[in-house]
Amino acid sequence: MAASGASLRLVAPVWNRGTSGIRGLSRSVDPEGSQRKGRTLLQFLADHFYDVEAVREYLLQKQVLKVLRKNRFQDKEWMRPNGRGLSGELWKLWEVPIEAVDASGCAINYQGLDNVLALKELQSLSLQCCPHVDDWCLSRLHQLANSLQELSLAGCPRISERGLACLHHLQ
Amino acid sequence: MLRRALRLGLGPGLLGRGLGTHREGSTLDWHGKVSEIKKKIQSVLPGGAWSPLCDTSHLPPEHSDVVIVGGGVLGLSVAYWLKRLEKRQGAIRVLVVERDHTYSQASTVLSVGGIRQQFSLPENIQLSLFSVEFLRNINEYLAVVDDPPLDLQFNPSGYLFLASEEGATIMENNVKVQRQEGAKVCLMSPEQLQKKFPWINTEGVALASYGLENEGWFDPWCLLQGLRRKVQSMGVLFCHGEVTRFVSSSNHMETAIGEKVTLKRIHEVHVKVDHSQEYQPVECAIVVNAAGAWSGRIAELAGIGKGPPGTLQGTKLPVEPRKRYVYLWHCPQGPGLEAPLVADPSGAYFRREGLGNNYLGGCSPTEEEEPDPGNLEVDHDFFQEKVWPYLAQRVPAFETLKVRRAWAGYYDYNTFDQNGVVGPHPLVVNMYFATGFSGHGLQQAPAVGRAVAEVMLEGHFQTINLSPFLFNRFYLGEKAQEHCII
Repeated sequence: MAASGASLRLVAPVWNRGTSGIRGLSRSVDPEGSQRKGRTLLQFLADHFYDVEAVREYLLQKQVLKVLRKNRFQDKEWMRPNGRGLSGELWKLWEVPIEAVDASGCAINYQGLDNVLALKELQSLSLQCCPHVDDWCLSRLHQLANSLQELSLAGCPRISERGLACLHHLQ
Repeated sequence: MLRRALRLGLGPGLLGRGLGTHREGSTLDWHGKVSEIKKKIQSVLPGGAWSPLCDTSHLPPEHSDVVIVGGGVLGLSVAYWLKRLEKRQGAIRVLVVERDHTYSQASTVLSVGGIRQQFSLPENIQLSLFSVEFLRNINEYLAVVDDPPLDLQFNPSGYLFLASEEGATIMENNVKVQRQEGAKVCLMSPEQLQKKFPWINTEGVALASYGLENEGWFDPWCLLQGLRRKVQSMGVLFCHGEVTRFVSSSNHMETAIGEKVTLKRIHEVHVKVDHSQEYQPVECAIVVNAAGAWSGRIAELAGIGKGPPGTLQGTKLPVEPRKRYVYLWHCPQGPGLEAPLVADPSGAYFRREGLGNNYLGGCSPTEEEEPDPGNLEVDHDFFQEKVWPYLAQRVPAFETLKVRRAWAGYYDYNTFDQNGVVGPHPLVVNMYFATGFSGHGLQQAPAVGRAVAEVMLEGHFQTINLSPFLFNRFYLGEKAQEHCII
């Protein structure tokens, strides 16, 4: 934890968007319109208060099944979410650049990719068995062309050869 | 006896005398009439030929709030957004009149199906951006209960525009505008181009702009069917017929400065049924002209352009059909999977089709070479002389290619400035236009539909301001010229 202070970089917005990523997840999970009114107030508060964001995350963790998010930081081991979810110790590490994201089985969709794409030093991305990742999402991955070295898309039911054809951006 | 005869004679009185005179003049007619009346009575009685209740299910309804002339992607998009933006469910009755339910000549389904944001006008870029978002979330917008989700077969491969020396500055300015509006476009030098796409011959290319995201091509038939399905589920009526006449009334008014103006209002649309002389007058409040290549004809029916030239009454709708050819060829050594839709500075374009080294492409002819739009016959010599040389020069692998198929389709070509016409007509107050997009109508259809629905419901554009595309510009001479036309 102390060494992470040495590699402080302006990755702060990432974690704000980290939660909006989960909001993005919730957008894909929740049925359209039914919970929208209840969510906008909480969303608005979540934009401004971290405690509320943490509460939202906790609530959404309960909704999204099988979200196993393993993050590997530079020179550190894997951090796994504890029983409560991601929000625990990762708040302290919000400025650390992230090298690998494993979002297997995650209900991540086009909007949720916003926070993954913001990680400019990302080297490994695993999107295995993500049910909402489709060709449109693959067309966004060109933004990671500079740093990405491993990409795994095994088992995604909605991608086709048309999306794979646009992966040529990743050299 | 005599008294009875007199009474009989006096009873009907004049009538008797009248009958008497008639009898003297035309005895046969009276008998003929009697037998006619007898026949009519016989047919009215059960078992006869006449039935007071006849089947009109093949005819459109007698009343409709909005009549949309044309059932292509633009017409259906307007219908969809009207039903979606109406204040109360079921508030607006919409009728879509389509002459050909097989869509054999419709521009929508014969189109190459590309979508791009690389335009020079900011309005066009915004329209395209919204449309791409619509297509991305098409299963949220066009979801119908119990029906399978739509698969648009979208290829996010992007568009690559090549520019020669003269066009390089314009391209740079365009890219600046595109980036401002939010399109993801990158500029490439010839060296970068050669490195990225080794099959290109960069001779004569000074600059290239490549769309990175939200550009590509998709299946227009799928979009059309999806819209049709959704729109039918929302309660829009479809009619298979042709609009032959508008019945309108005129109102002579004076403007604030005292000029005399004649405002027209369409009251009825006569829809003629196919293969028959039957027609149905549909009483309507608003007519939307989304007839594509034939919008000019519909506008003429409404009396637009009938007046001394140079006046507002004499300004015609400058949309006419222009024939464009699309050729499908096979080239075994051609560009690979990374090939975007490449547009050469000469006007020739091509894109990959499928995974078997097949390519689609064509070229827009110059004004002098415009083919006759009377039919959709394909001119193969046009490919040999006007398309192949440019393709082969740009992509050397295309020197050996074999044309497999070809077809022709219409552009609803706006001869004034090649951009769409949207919004109401200033004099025919209840006719709205959604046509004239000259080859980029399909990719802007969802957004244009929403804009026209907003004008009809609210009176002004709300999300995207399309005031440069109103009809008035033809009279005022203000061109909204689009430079990036394929």
